[in-house]
Amino acid sequence: MTPSQNGVRPMAAITVRNLSKTFSRRGKALDDVSLVVQPGEMVGMIGASGSGKSTLIRHISGLLVADRGTGGQIEVLGTPVQQGGSLNAGARFTRARVGVVFQQFNLVGRLSLLTNVLLGALGRIPSWRGSLGWFTRAEKLAAMQALHQVGMADFATQRASTLSGGQQQRAAIARALVQQAEIVLADEPIASLDPKSARRVMEILAHINREFRITVVVSLHQVDYAFAYCPRTVALRDGRIVYDGPSTALTPKFLTDLYGAQSEELILPGAYGQGRDEAAAEPAPIGRPATATAIAG
Amino acid sequence: MVDLDQGRQPVPATHSSPGRPADGTEVGLPPRDLKQSWGTVILWAVVLGLLVWSWEGADMRPEELVANSANMARYLQGFLQPDFYDWPIYLEEMIITVQIAIWGTALAVLCAIPLGILSSENIAPWWIYHPVRRLMDAFRAINEMVFAMLFVVAVGLGPFAGVLALWIHTTGILAKLFSEAVEAVDPRPVEGIKAVGANWNQEVIFGVVPQVLPLWISYSLYRFESNVRSATVLGIVGAGGIGQILYESIRGFYYGETAALLLIVIVSVTLLDILSQRLRKMVI
Repeated sequence: MTPSQNGVRPMAAITVRNLSKTFSRRGKALDDVSLVVQPGEMVGMIGASGSGKSTLIRHISGLLVADRGTGGQIEVLGTPVQQGGSLNAGARFTRARVGVVFQQFNLVGRLSLLTNVLLGALGRIPSWRGSLGWFTRAEKLAAMQALHQVGMADFATQRASTLSGGQQQRAAIARALVQQAEIVLADEPIASLDPKSARRVMEILAHINREFRITVVVSLHQVDYAFAYCPRTVALRDGRIVYDGPSTALTPKFLTDLYGAQSEELILPGAYGQGRDEAAAEPAPIGRPATATAIAG
Repeated sequence: MVDLDQGRQPVPATHSSPGRPADGTEVGLPPRDLKQSWGTVILWAVVLGLLVWSWEGADMRPEELVANSANMARYLQGFLQPDFYDWPIYLEEMIITVQIAIWGTALAVLCAIPLGILSSENIAPWWIYHPVRRLMDAFRAINEMVFAMLFVVAVGLGPFAGVLALWIHTTGILAKLFSEAVEAVDPRPVEGIKAVGANWNQEVIFGVVPQVLPLWISYSLYRFESNVRSATVLGIVGAGGIGQILYESIRGFYYGETAALLLIVIVSVTLLDILSQRLRKMVI
């Protein structure tokens, strides 16, 4: 049973308290991380590779568990996901309310786009029906609607593997929509995409955040995207949160102070200026260039 | 030859001599790894040693081939006049042989799907995949002929014993092949399915199975081919099929009939191989 929507907003969308994670090979990936995300926020998460962004996101969605005996705790939409290094029994049902968008899209290549998107409903429908792949007409229509939202309805019958990275990533977002996710966690969603597809995906994320009030946490490799699309940015370094505040404060100088030599990885030569220009050209405050027409087109 | 070699010259060679690139530094061959060359010598010594060691036990008598060449020629002569007089019976038996293989393979595929998934490291916990794997090892280790003899005792003479024998043995083989395919899947789509709140069954059905299906089909067809070949000898122990008359005609020195039977087997197996190869190409 999914906890019912009773109209009363839970206090926070995501609450992370004192989370630490140590991998046997790589050492400490997260070091006493605490973070609160309010419903309806769009939060960017930046940091060099290995700074713990993906690890944090995978903990929130319950795909990883924290170190035992450290008292680390995660609550999502008022429901505990994990505490003290063990997953809560109902984690699967919380997972159903949280959409995850992955760097490598994680679609099933041999299934059609429509089926892939329909699979988003698995956490909500009776499991016998889900296991047999019996989806109702209403569910199929909802999936088509979601594909339309991300501009991929024309490709519904194509195998996911035949599509480009950007197209697959848009379908992955459609899967989160079919899931009726209240939170979307995007783990480097644009790291494997060309700049044009990357902007498109970021626009769609901003769109679903604005239109459907879906809380979005998106980890990013390049700071310009955080600057352009996310009012709030959380910066990680070596598994610790080193900055949490408005993205407008993230000037190149500030980043150099935060990251030292690592900042080169975050501010790709040229990319930063380009992002800046685009953000400046858009009328939206703190650069949120997404428009409804851009989404539909 | 000369032309080919010149065509393969790397581009820089046109403006600097080989072994001496543009920056002037000498490029020599990498030093020979002594450990590796000794390893090669030892490996060959072991292989030769094994062959020598097995000579006696395997009763190798190549001189007999020459000494008895006249007998052999006569023996072969008998085969040169295939006797197709009873061909309707042969054909009927061959069809039964194929039917045994069809049922043996079909039942094995059905069982190998769950057993293969359960013996995959990346899907099942160790306390499940270890026992399942050992059971599958046992199924594979015992030859289908042995199973056939056991089942003849259990269910009586006839094709059904053959079906059961192929079923058990092939289940062991396919479960291993299936699980190897499962262990090679891309974990990311599976994680994607897990992340939407799907249960374990659904992760396997939608995340794993679509990825491995072409390989599974290919393996199943290949095992079907092999099972047709195996089924041709099951009759020797009374488990049905063409093997029984084949055995009788060999024991009775009916060379003509034996030749006819062998031809029928060769033609049928070849046809089925071609057919299944075509089908396999279609799914991959």
